[in-house]
Amino acid sequence: MTFEPAESSSLPVPYMARTRAYYRALGYERDYVWATHAGVPFSPLSKSVSKLKLALVTTANPLSWEEGQPKSVWSGTTSQPPVALNTDDLAWDKDNTHTNDVETFLPIRALQGLVAAGELGSLSERYYGLPSEYSQHKTLNQDVPALQSLLVEDAVDAVMLVPL
Amino acid sequence: MGLPTIVVGSALDIVEYCGVPRFLFTDIPLGNPCGKPEDRTMQRAIVRRALALLGSADEPRSTQTTPFVWGDHQSWRSSYAQVTEDNLDALRALGEARRARRGRPSS
Repeated sequence: MTFEPAESSSLPVPYMARTRAYYRALGYERDYVWATHAGVPFSPLSKSVSKLKLALVTTANPLSWEEGQPKSVWSGTTSQPPVALNTDDLAWDKDNTHTNDVETFLPIRALQGLVAAGELGSLSERYYGLPSEYSQHKTLNQDVPALQSLLVEDAVDAVMLVPL
Repeated sequence: MGLPTIVVGSALDIVEYCGVPRFLFTDIPLGNPCGKPEDRTMQRAIVRRALALLGSADEPRSTQTTPFVWGDHQSWRSSYAQVTEDNLDALRALGEARRARRGRPSS
């Protein structure tokens, strides 16, 4: 086993290497397989940002979710931003920060401010929850199509995805 | 034609390995990709930069880094999922406990 040197640098954290080493230290023999795509699609905007209807997507869970329960795509109302969401099972830095300020990962009020300032057309009536899952198969074949249906139903022009 | 998307996040290596159309990267601890808690100025600035990148990017894998920092010290960078000689035994025990709870062997 080798250890990373104590870092004093300001380079971005090597999360993949760090996570591999961590799970090996926990005694797991198979490394996590991160999603990767050789070809990346790109859709240009159909209108200027000041005319766009934007959707906001989070990987946080609703407060009603409890650890161990199956997850599914969900939504809430942007006119009533949530005061808290359940992020307990997600891999964020629990030693150095917290997720009590929902705006740090679901910036509904910040976006509403930019709508009021005329910089963004509008924010969709709903915000959306896309579950963080171990199974890429579930994400790709079950959750993304479910999310896509909601986005089409709400006639959004673009999507801001904010993974925790 | 699909929907235009932008990812706003703090794990540069994971998002770039995945490959996404547009990525706004803020180099602060995981959990607050849209800015520090209660820092409305930083939060608004990050969201504004995300909208600007949404509008300006013209090819996939467009990554932009914001200038925001967590604070004066860098110690948060080394503490996440840290493995050291001192915590090896504790981590091994934690893994064993997890596997016992889930009732499956280590693989």
